[in-house]
Amino acid sequence: MFEQTGIPERDMIIEKFPPVERIDRGPVAIVECYKRIPCNPCETACRFNAIRVGEDINNIPVTDHEACTGCKVCISKCPGLAIMAVDGSKSKETVEISLPYEFLPLPQKGDQVSALDRAGNFVARVRVVSVLNPKSFDRTPVITIEADRKHMYDIRNIRTEEH
Amino acid sequence: MKTTELLVIGGGPAGLCAALSAAESGASVTVVERNNRLGGQLIKQTHMFFGSREQYASTRGIDIAKILEAELIKYSRQIEVLTDTAVLGLYEDGVVNALYKEEDYFKIKPKAIVAATGAYEKSLAFPNNDLPGIYGAGAVQTLMNVYGVKPGNNVLMVGAGNIGLIVSYQLMQAGVRVAAILDAAPKIGGYLVHASKIARMGVPILCSHTVKEAIGKDCLEKAVICMVDERFSPIPGTEKELEVDVMCISVGLTPLCELLAMRGCEMKYVPQLSGSVPVRNERYETTIENLFVAGDASGIEEASSAMVEGRLAGLCAAAKMGYKPADFDERFKGYAAQLKALRSGPVGEHILRGIEQIVSKEDRHV
Repeated sequence: MFEQTGIPERDMIIEKFPPVERIDRGPVAIVECYKRIPCNPCETACRFNAIRVGEDINNIPVTDHEACTGCKVCISKCPGLAIMAVDGSKSKETVEISLPYEFLPLPQKGDQVSALDRAGNFVARVRVVSVLNPKSFDRTPVITIEADRKHMYDIRNIRTEEH
Repeated sequence: MKTTELLVIGGGPAGLCAALSAAESGASVTVVERNNRLGGQLIKQTHMFFGSREQYASTRGIDIAKILEAELIKYSRQIEVLTDTAVLGLYEDGVVNALYKEEDYFKIKPKAIVAATGAYEKSLAFPNNDLPGIYGAGAVQTLMNVYGVKPGNNVLMVGAGNIGLIVSYQLMQAGVRVAAILDAAPKIGGYLVHASKIARMGVPILCSHTVKEAIGKDCLEKAVICMVDERFSPIPGTEKELEVDVMCISVGLTPLCELLAMRGCEMKYVPQLSGSVPVRNERYETTIENLFVAGDASGIEEASSAMVEGRLAGLCAAAKMGYKPADFDERFKGYAAQLKALRSGPVGEHILRGIEQIVSKEDRHV
């Protein structure tokens, strides 16, 4: 169905996630790139060699979750906005999810926004814990929200009140 | 009559790269662009490019246009730019006929030409497809991203290739609602990362669907869509009405190479390259000596490949005129390797099958 809808199946998503034990140690990137296309800026962007595409730029990126520091630079550099990050180190009940978000108005830290799944369905109301938008991110801000752990594999987008 | 060494027709990604590459080799170049500014389609491409660093991956198209223009300035003693100038004809005596600002006709006699004329959007036949509110997706992207004009409020996108997906996303960025994206093919044609971006905004992508008709008195009010079977025939009883005021047709591009056909280049219809394209050698020279081609005019592909093709064609055209740099072989192989990398995945398979049909190994011009 993915090739008809653009909505990945749950097992595809889980396969891209590191083990929970890694997530609980701190932020880590998840590269949701499922199909071979000629593209490798994720590899170029990573200073820690945690994302490898290799000589054939059509290869699907492989993430070394141990080498990843969760710096989030790759999130803003992926032309397909296919990268997110999760961080389970802050609390046992919640997880912080970082997402690329290229819409105006940008939410502010502390705002309540609606978290959406990969089909755009409402999942939960969540709180924005940070908005990263430095010049180096080149107009692809990265929004971090705090969500209930049970939604870790579901949330992939947000909607602000105005939008 | 105006003379120049290399005439580049078209100031888009392929043309600008051809001009830069030829100038780097030492040639004098005149770039002719029919619009009032350079950049071609780049000037409306607010999204980040795919590819790798050599093709400015992860940089937005609008910024790639600026980078290339800045490079042109470095070669300002060698590269002359004529905007608002349309080339109207290429003739047997090597003379090119051009029109400045739709008023002044003039002639140019170059030693060599790179035709980087790009492509035009295909259309779709259905009842009332001429109602106001029905646009090409590229036209809507120009309206929004170049002129800041909102095309309407509620859009049906017809075509789930990369352009359809990208323009849908950019419509939503501009605050326009996208009701649905449909495509007659059984699978999404564009990159799935683009499709996923749209899907998580809650916009349905409907494969195996087409437009049956448009309804409206003075402008588009409704679109009737239906499902199609594996032979693309509408399935009766599956019709649905959508209330939309804009329909974007994004069913592909066709190479724009009338000038080459007019000059007598051997042309070939190649479905994988989306239309009629000139037969050429590995140095991008057509069957007419000193007439080169690059970019979408030689087959529809991504702008990343168009830029590399431009670099190659410019390098080879300059070499043909006697500006063969010491590192010619190295540069040629480097660009060829970039193209190979861009085309080596599943997306490039059909492109390679198309190119096989137009690249003649025999060298007619030696």
